[in-house]
Amino acid sequence: MSPMALAWQQFRLERKLFWRNPSAAFFSFVLPLALLLLVASVYGGDDDQLEILIPGIAGLSVMATTFNAMAFNLTFLREQGILKRLRGTPMPTTSYLAGFLGSAVVNAYAQVLVVVAIGHLLYDVSWPRDWIALIVFTGAGVLAFGALGIALSHAIPNFDSAAAYVNAIFLPVMFISGVFYSAESLPPALEAAAEALPLKHVVDGLSGAIVTGAGLGEHLGGLAVVALWAGAGAVLAVRGFRWESRGA
Amino acid sequence: MAPPAIEVSDLRKSYGSVEAVRGISFAVERGEVFGLLGPNGAGKTTTVEILEGYRDRSAGEARVLGQDPARGERALKQRVGIVLQSSGFYPRLTVQEAVAHVAKAYPAPRDPADTISQVGLQESADVRSNKLSGGQKRRLDLALALVGDPELVFLDEPTTGFDPAARRTAWSVVRTLRDLGKTVLLTTHYLDEAQALADRVAIVKDGHIVAEGPPGALSPSSAGYRVSYESQGRRVEHQTANPTDLLHRLTGDALARGERLDALEVARPTLEEVYLELTAEDDR
Repeated sequence: MSPMALAWQQFRLERKLFWRNPSAAFFSFVLPLALLLLVASVYGGDDDQLEILIPGIAGLSVMATTFNAMAFNLTFLREQGILKRLRGTPMPTTSYLAGFLGSAVVNAYAQVLVVVAIGHLLYDVSWPRDWIALIVFTGAGVLAFGALGIALSHAIPNFDSAAAYVNAIFLPVMFISGVFYSAESLPPALEAAAEALPLKHVVDGLSGAIVTGAGLGEHLGGLAVVALWAGAGAVLAVRGFRWESRGA
Repeated sequence: MAPPAIEVSDLRKSYGSVEAVRGISFAVERGEVFGLLGPNGAGKTTTVEILEGYRDRSAGEARVLGQDPARGERALKQRVGIVLQSSGFYPRLTVQEAVAHVAKAYPAPRDPADTISQVGLQESADVRSNKLSGGQKRRLDLALALVGDPELVFLDEPTTGFDPAARRTAWSVVRTLRDLGKTVLLTTHYLDEAQALADRVAIVKDGHIVAEGPPGALSPSSAGYRVSYESQGRRVEHQTANPTDLLHRLTGDALARGERLDALEVARPTLEEVYLELTAEDDR
């Protein structure tokens, strides 16, 4: 089989595995949706709040389906010796990674679409005004969070501690990045931190795409921050890449 | 004659200041089952993982099917099957799905269902691998290594943790591989396994090869043949590296004395004796 066909085979395998792992599917799919429904019920019919919440949860979903999923999955695959085993086969590394990452990309886009659809159908938030911007910011978020998730997996010593490492980053970033409320209401120090990190910019970009229709031009600065994180994450992901767990 | 399947000369591997492999040389001919036998920590797995392409060597030469394994070329991986020391594949895939998936990576794979039957997993083909017993997981490892129809198979302690039945299955698979003309490099710390399967054995200790040869002909450098007989109701025993000379002298003396050497025995050292002697210091 050609490397391309093998990538497709790996992609199909990853989809199958995703649906066979209920807890992983729960964390990346159900948790953001549960947060959406829960927080929306608190805000009631407040349109302004909902227009913050929908893009916020969409951005959170991008992070959960890539950053968290990469860090968990790679730690597991390494600890189980699955990466090592695959490396002993003629499966090209690029085919493997394309299939593996492709599956995460599908999860991210699917999840953003589900959030947007719920926003429209349940909470009367408009359909995205700028689909291109939605695709671009989701894609930029996928690249940055995917790469950073892979990079983080290098630092996680074993699967048992993966949740601690991931949540130590995921939860604070979630709370300061304007997912549930406008980041402008944060203390200045936290707001500065959020400005430096990618999630807030992904959320802002998605907000532009879904709510204001401001388009890409208004969010080039934010896109640049996300791109910088993607670049840094990619360097760390590649340089630190290990096929086996440490001490194995 | 075809070049050897594996050729290693003065192979060395250091981890920091620890030298795990300290100048190992051997060659495995095509179609041969070669065993690396030694206690844990002797450097067997490091050696094999260098040949499998998982580790870079610190010094020395290594050729696997004529190629440098450190380059990790797909063309070489297509001709090699690997059973790692540790088991494990996607826990939520069934045996059938796992074998079929790996088969796709090879240019001319064997039939997955046949491969599964060959390792004795046909009853469990639809069982997810996290529901398999330890021995069954190891059989799956074996199936995953064989499904690509490799010319050369690396088996790193393939039967550790097996029950006797699973062990016999694995042994019969190795013998089948030999009958098919495949080359096998096997590591084990079970003597009987090396004796039963390997055409030639190298005993590895502290990163060196301390003895090498067919399992029946291995002799340690110091001790050798044991010659014993009964004389005047006592058992007399001699150790020698040169039994011909010793027997000539003993029988000559006995004839001169007009004595029979009752219950005369000449015993070659068993592989177990050789192994225990050669690796004795590891018990310290």
